[in-house]
Amino acid sequence: MADASYPDDLLYHPEHDWARIEDDTAVLGITWYAQDALGEVVFVDPPEVGSTVTAGEPYAEVESVKAVSDVVAPLSGEIVEVNGDLGDSPDAINNDPYGAGWLVKIRLSDPSETEQLLDAAAYEGTLS
Amino acid sequence: MTALTEGTPMQRDAATTIFEKGAPGRRAFTAPALDVPEVDREALLPGRFRRASAARLPEVSEPELVRHYVKLSRRNFDLDTGFYPLGSCTMKHNPRLHERVAGLAGHARLHPLQSPEHAQGALELMWNLERALGEVSGLPHVSLQPSAGSHGELAGVLLTRAFHEDRGQTRTKVLTPDTAHGTNPATVTMAGYEVVKVGTNADGGVDVEDLRAKADESVACLMLTNPNTLGVFDPDIVEIAEIVHGVGATLYYDGANLNAIMGKVRPGDMGFDIVHFNLHKSFTQPHGGGGPGSGPIAVSERMRPYLMNPRIVRRDDGAFDLDSDGYEKSIGRLRGFQGNYGCFVRSYAYICSLGAEGLADASETAVLNANYLLARLRQLGVADKLPLAFGELCMHEFVLSGSPMKKDLGIKTLDLAKRLLDHGYHPPTVYFPLLVDEALLVEPTETETRETLDAFAEAVAEILREAGDDPELARNAPYTTPVRRLDEAAAAKRPVIRQSL
Amino acid sequence: MSQYTAVTDADRREMLAAIGVGSIQELFDRQIPAAVRLQRPLDLPAGLPEQDVYAHLRELAAKNTSAEDEITFLGAGMYDHYVPAVIDMLLGRSEFLTPYTPYQPEVSQGNLQVMFEYQTAISELTGLPVSNASVYEGPSAVASAGYLAKIANKRTKFVVSRGLHPHARDTLATYAHGFGAEIVEVALADGVTDAAAWAEAIDADTSAVFFAQPNFLGAVEDAEALAAAARAGAGDACVVVGSYDPIPLGVLKPPGECGVDVCVGEGQSLGNRLDFGGPSFGFFAADDKHLRRMPGRIAGETVDADGRRGFVLTLQTREQHIRREKATSNICTAQALNALAGMVYLAWLGRDGLVELGELLLQRTHYARQRLCALDGVSALHEQPVVREFAVRLEAPVDAVIRRCQAQGVNPGFALGRDYDEFGDGLLVALTEQRSRADIDRLADVLGAAVAAERTTVGASA
Repeated sequence: MADASYPDDLLYHPEHDWARIEDDTAVLGITWYAQDALGEVVFVDPPEVGSTVTAGEPYAEVESVKAVSDVVAPLSGEIVEVNGDLGDSPDAINNDPYGAGWLVKIRLSDPSETEQLLDAAAYEGTLS
Repeated sequence: MTALTEGTPMQRDAATTIFEKGAPGRRAFTAPALDVPEVDREALLPGRFRRASAARLPEVSEPELVRHYVKLSRRNFDLDTGFYPLGSCTMKHNPRLHERVAGLAGHARLHPLQSPEHAQGALELMWNLERALGEVSGLPHVSLQPSAGSHGELAGVLLTRAFHEDRGQTRTKVLTPDTAHGTNPATVTMAGYEVVKVGTNADGGVDVEDLRAKADESVACLMLTNPNTLGVFDPDIVEIAEIVHGVGATLYYDGANLNAIMGKVRPGDMGFDIVHFNLHKSFTQPHGGGGPGSGPIAVSERMRPYLMNPRIVRRDDGAFDLDSDGYEKSIGRLRGFQGNYGCFVRSYAYICSLGAEGLADASETAVLNANYLLARLRQLGVADKLPLAFGELCMHEFVLSGSPMKKDLGIKTLDLAKRLLDHGYHPPTVYFPLLVDEALLVEPTETETRETLDAFAEAVAEILREAGDDPELARNAPYTTPVRRLDEAAAAKRPVIRQSL
Repeated sequence: MSQYTAVTDADRREMLAAIGVGSIQELFDRQIPAAVRLQRPLDLPAGLPEQDVYAHLRELAAKNTSAEDEITFLGAGMYDHYVPAVIDMLLGRSEFLTPYTPYQPEVSQGNLQVMFEYQTAISELTGLPVSNASVYEGPSAVASAGYLAKIANKRTKFVVSRGLHPHARDTLATYAHGFGAEIVEVALADGVTDAAAWAEAIDADTSAVFFAQPNFLGAVEDAEALAAAARAGAGDACVVVGSYDPIPLGVLKPPGECGVDVCVGEGQSLGNRLDFGGPSFGFFAADDKHLRRMPGRIAGETVDADGRRGFVLTLQTREQHIRREKATSNICTAQALNALAGMVYLAWLGRDGLVELGELLLQRTHYARQRLCALDGVSALHEQPVVREFAVRLEAPVDAVIRRCQAQGVNPGFALGRDYDEFGDGLLVALTEQRSRADIDRLADVLGAAVAAERTTVGASA
C-alpha cells in the first residue's frame, strides 16, 4: 500500500474525495485517507454511464470486508466513463488511489463549483 | 516428514468436504421396497417435468458420514467446552433436560396442522408460555410466532404501522439510537419507514434533548434497548417514554438484553408498548451455531388488536383452540404455522425449572458476574489499557475501549480477541457498539463460576503484559486453532460460495 | 443460587467486596430508577426440580396425538419423513448445538464448512448457482424473496398464484404491506395456476411473480411456462420466484432450468422433525445476478495465514450489522442447526437415494390416489400429475370425516376448506416413505367407511 499523499494538482472535497479537472471534464476518486480508513477494498458498485451526479451527493459505493462507504461527488455533472478495471482489481483504489484507482469521469455541469473545493494543503489540514 | 511435525494435529488434518469424500454407488440410505403395483414412470410424471440428471449429492456410507461430521464438529469452539462471553448474545448454559423433553415424540413428531383437539398439550404449553412471558415483561398480550429477534422487531414495527393506520395517521419515521443493533435500522426500512438516529449522551444513555428535537407527529416509534448495547440502563427512561408517547408514537423494547432485568424491572412498567424476547438468549434455547432462535413479542393493551394470527384461545370448557381470526385487526402472519414450537418447549421447561425466584436469581447473578469481572480486570490493572467506555458499574454486560491499548501497546481489539483463542476462550464481541472506538463487549452470563471469571481476567491481563514485551505475538495470533487468521478480503473479492463439482 | 448458577454465600461476599458494593440489590438500585423497579416477585410458579419438570413436559406431550400415535397423511407444508438416527446424534453434539454464529472463523470451521457444503447441496438441488446458509423457514423465505425483488427493480406489484401455500401468501402480504407492494392473486384452474389469468395479471409494473412447485393441491405446475409468461409480460427485470418442496426435486426439473430466478422453500422435510411447525429452515437460492441482494449469511472458501484451506462468512456488507438501514434484509443469523440436519439428510440419502425416494413417492402417491378415488363419495379434485400429495373431493362434511378417521387411528389429511373457500369439500392427502401400502389400504378402508357413515348421517338429517 502506498504512503500517505495528497497531490497538488488535484482538488479535494472534505468527504475525502478528489477531482482532477481536465477542461470541462473531471476524473473523480477517493483520497489516500479514505482508502486507508476503509481498509482493503473488495468491491466497487459504480454508477452507470449517462447518469448524473450532484456535488455533495453519493454516486457510488466502495466496500471493504467489514464496511461500506458512500462515495460523495465533489462536483456535479454527467458520467461519461467508469473505471471498469476496478471490477477485477478493486484494490487499485488502495494501491494507487490517484491513478489506476480512479472511479469515474464526468462532464461538468457547473464548472464554477470547483471554487468550493479545497487544495491539497487545505484538505490535509482537515485531517489532523 | 517435516509436515507431521508442523502445526497441531487438527491443522495438519486438511479440510475436505463431504463432496470430496465417498465414491459412486456408496450410500447410507436404503429406500423402502416398492410395495404397490408399479406404473410407467412417464405416465406418472411426463418427461417435460422431469429432471434430466440427478443432483450431484454426496455418495457416502453411514460410517463415512458420521466420521466426516464428527470431525467437523471438533473444528468448532462451543459453550459446553469453554467460556463464551460474547456480548449481546447471552451465552448461558443450555440444560440438557430441554433437549430430552423437546425430543419427546408428543412434541417432536406433532404435525403443525394437527387439529387443536389432538394438540391440547402443545397449545396448553404455548398458552402457559405466553402468560409467563407476559408476566416477565409486564405486557400482557403475547404472540409466540416470530422466528427470531429480528423477526420480532419486524412484527413490532408492522404492529406500529397498523396502529397508526387504524387511527388514520401516516407517519414516516422511526427513531433508533446510534447504539442500536443493526437489525433495528434494517427492520425499519423493511417495514417502509425512514430511520432517524438519536444521539447518545455523555453517560451512555439517550440524548434526551436530541430526542425531544426529533420527536414529532411524523415519528411512528422509538426502538430502544434498555439496558442498551453499552451495558447502561437509561436513567431517563420515564422521561423518554413520556416524550415518545407525547407525540403519539409507540415505544419498542429490543429484548436482546432482557437477561439483565428479569424479575427486577419490566419493559411494560417502563412504558414500553412492544417487546421482543430472544428465547435463545434469556431463555436459553441453544444457539445451534447460528440458529434456530425464537422471537416472541409481548404488547400493551392498545397494540393487542393488531397482533399476528392465529391466536391461542382457551374456551369456556377449558379446552385450547387456535383462532385464525383471533385478533380483529391483525397484521396477518409473519411465517408458517405457529412459530418455533421446539424452542417454546425448551424455554418453557427453563421457566418451570427456575420459577419466579430462579429467573430473578439469573438476572441478579448475571449482573453480579459482569460487575465482578469488570472489578477483577480493574484489580489486575487492565483498566488503563481497556477502560470502561461509560459509567462505573454495569448491568449484565460491559463495553471496554481498546483505544489506549492500541495506542500504547500497538495491538488492536481484534488482536486481543484472536490471542484469547489461544488461551481457550471465545472472545467477547468486538467492534460493537460502533460508537466506542476499538470496542470489546463482554457478557459473562450467570452460569459461569467465579473461578472461570478469575481465570479469564488473568488471561486478558497476561495478553496485555505479553503485548508490552512483544506485540507481534498478538498481532499474528491465533496459533493453536484449526486454522489461523483467514483471508476474508480474498473471499469477498472472488466469492467461492459453493463447491464446483 | 439455582441449579444453573454457582455463586455461594462466600463467593457473593468476596465478589461484592471486589466490586465495592454492599449487596446485589445495590447494583440494581444504583442503576435503575426506583420509580420503575419491580417491587414484588414475579407472579410465576415456584421452580421445580428436573424430574418434576420432565414429568410435567411428558404429561403435556401425552396430550398430543403425534405422528407416532396415528397413521398420518397430514402434509400441507410439513411432512412426516423419517429422520435418521445420525441426525439426532450429530445435532446433539455440543460442538454443533451450543456455539453462536461463527463470528470467530478460526474456531468455527466446522460450522462454516457445513454452511459451505449446505450451499453446495442446495445449489445442486435447485440448479441455481447461489445459495445462502438458510433463513427462518419457508413462508417467510417467500416474503424475503419479495423484498429482494423490490430492491432489485423498485417495482411494487407482486403477482401470486393461489397455489402458493396460504401461509406464504399471508406472510408475503404482511411484509409487502410494510415495504409498499401490492398483491394480485391468480386463481387456480383445474388444479394448477390459470395460465391465461396469470399472463393477464403480469405487466410492466410487475416486480415479481410467485408460484409453488408442486402447488398446495399437490399438482405439478408447468414452471417453465409460468416463468416464460412472466418474462414476456414483465421483462427480464421481473423476478420469478418459485417456492419448491425439496423432496420432489429428486425427480422434478430443477428451477434453475425452468427460468426461475429465486428458489425458496421450506426445508423441514430434509431431516428436520415436525416440532409442531418449527424450528426448521428455509432455503434461498438465486441466480448470480442477485448475489449481492441475497438475505442472510453466506459462507465462502478462502485460505488462512499459512495457506490452509478455510471458510469464512463472506459478502457481509449486504447484512444488517454493516449496512444497517440499507441492508438486504434484517435477518441476523441463519437456522444453522436445522440446515445442518438438512445437509446431513441429503448426504444420508445421497445422489441415488433422493431420486429413489422421489420415484417411490410417485408410485405410492399414485396408488393412494387411485385407491381413494375408487371409493364411493370420493373423487379427484384435479387430474394433474402429482409427486407426494394429492387432493380429493368428499361428498360428506370433511371435518366430520376427519374426526371419524382419527377415532380409528388414521389422520386422513388436511381439510382444504380451512384455507380455500372454493374447496370446502376438499381433502389434501400427503405421503412420505413412512406410509406403506398397508397404511394406504387402511386409509382407504377407514376413509371409505367414514364418508359412507357421514353420507348416511347427512341423508338421515336431510
